[in-house]
Amino acid sequence: MSQAVNGIHARFKLDRADFSLDVDLDLPARGVTALFGHSGSGKTTLLRCIAGLERVQGALNMNGEIWQDATTFLPTHKRALGYVFQEASLFPHLSARGNLEYGMKRATSKMDRAALDHVIDLLGIGPLLERRPDQLSGGERQRVAIARALAVKPRLLLMDEPLAALDLARKQEILPYLERLHEELEIPVLYVSHAPDEVARLADHIVVMQAGRAVANGPLTKTLARLDLPIHLGEDAGVVLDAVVSERDAQWQLARATFADNPAAGVWVRDGGHAVGHPVRVRILARDVSLATTRHSGTSIQNILPGVVEMLADDTHPALALVRVDVGGAPLVARLTRRSAHDLGLKPGQIVYAQIKAVALIG
Amino acid sequence: MGFSDADLTAIWLTLRLAGVTTLLLLLIGTPIAWWLARTSSKWKGPIGAVVALPLVLPPTVIGFYLLVTMGPNGAVGQITQSLGLGVLPFTFAGLVVASVFYSLPFVVQPLQNAFEAISDRPLEAAATLRASPLDTFFSVVLPLARPGYLTASVLGFAHTVGEFGVVLMIGGNIEGETRVISVQIYDHVEAMEYGQAHWLAAGMLVFAFVVLLALYTLNPSGKRK
Repeated sequence: MSQAVNGIHARFKLDRADFSLDVDLDLPARGVTALFGHSGSGKTTLLRCIAGLERVQGALNMNGEIWQDATTFLPTHKRALGYVFQEASLFPHLSARGNLEYGMKRATSKMDRAALDHVIDLLGIGPLLERRPDQLSGGERQRVAIARALAVKPRLLLMDEPLAALDLARKQEILPYLERLHEELEIPVLYVSHAPDEVARLADHIVVMQAGRAVANGPLTKTLARLDLPIHLGEDAGVVLDAVVSERDAQWQLARATFADNPAAGVWVRDGGHAVGHPVRVRILARDVSLATTRHSGTSIQNILPGVVEMLADDTHPALALVRVDVGGAPLVARLTRRSAHDLGLKPGQIVYAQIKAVALIG
Repeated sequence: MGFSDADLTAIWLTLRLAGVTTLLLLLIGTPIAWWLARTSSKWKGPIGAVVALPLVLPPTVIGFYLLVTMGPNGAVGQITQSLGLGVLPFTFAGLVVASVFYSLPFVVQPLQNAFEAISDRPLEAAATLRASPLDTFFSVVLPLARPGYLTASVLGFAHTVGEFGVVLMIGGNIEGETRVISVQIYDHVEAMEYGQAHWLAAGMLVFAFVVLLALYTLNPSGKRK
């Protein structure tokens, strides 16, 4: 693999008595790629292999630069990456500023003053810089750790469940910062997570890991709408769709999000304050979608979209089925009981009305 | 009453010996302690045991073997002679070498404990921030292990000050060269000069107490984190 490739090519093989890793992946050169899976699926090990923190057999080509192959193994400190650990891992003997500058002093490519100030501003850590890590809250520490990883101007950002060690309130505190990063970063980000809501908010691309293997790898929207994923998301099954705010209803505090894949279709959501034309994401969980063969009136449900049944699949419980409906190019997944599916006589190609009870507007 | 000139010479000699020994021990002890703290080699046990030997061996045994190896017919003695350094026993340099062996565990063990308390995480974080392993050692490990270095220095210094058996075996009793405080006290007692002996003995007692008090006050172990 010595030819120049655009993107990341990673191939690793590890055999241990209790764990094995065997992946061969091409990952995009831009955007956030979620490494998603249950704990023990090998996602953190894969990330550590990419960082060079774990030395296993394999090859790693980063935008044409060889970080590892049969004869090469670039040590971690020579790889142009940034790494955010699950716990912030700030150096306790240095102030927040000292932590930021630690990498900057050593990196050959580092942020200039203005770029650093921008990151400090973006992550809201300006007032914290003179504090020691033990004087920061968990969320503040993690924000400093993210800024520290960015300050060395990495060409690849690796994040290992940066929110997992935080409580819900702290997560909500950091997620907006991560979303802003997502919009601004020009470099690829690999984001390890086992939380579907984080993935839905942040990722463009997803790699699903199971037992040390990558069982799915593709764009987020398409991959989440697949019903044949070997791991079941249970209550989190659903789709994430890219959309644009096309209309705002001031009287009822609602906004219309039109699907990027099908401008003719869209959903009404709670107005999140975004201007018309602003790109947003909507997440529609399978449990919030019901299907009808005729259009109902006299219902409280506002979002009813006509579509075509594409396929049916089993869900986690034998009483339940997942149905994928194509709404003019945008996929929806509905969770029904198998009896309903049977009573409605659902089959691929059939026209149905998807009744969406709840839509989460994200980003 | 008070300290005689000979007493002051002994005190100065002892402080010099302990100072030089502590400095050397920190230099030698650091890589040994780092290796012991990080390795999973099968040699960890044997090497750790050798380092700890002075904790249990009578000082006369250490002194005896050092005398034999550093003497004119010993392996080390042959080397020092061929280098034109003469033989080490009954010299200040010989005392330093002996003290390094004698106080080794008192420096290595606190350092090893300090290094073991540092998880892999800060080291990995440093690597992802472009720090080479050596750089990481100086910029992350040393500052984090500072309490361990304080303990190691104090214990190494104090233990060397308190050495007697090894000095007697290898250094004898040469004023200004090898006659340290503990030997001087012994001489006073032999000569029935209990008053003089009291001055030095009480001085040692106060010194030992102050040093340990400082250690326990400045370095409250187990309370941090």
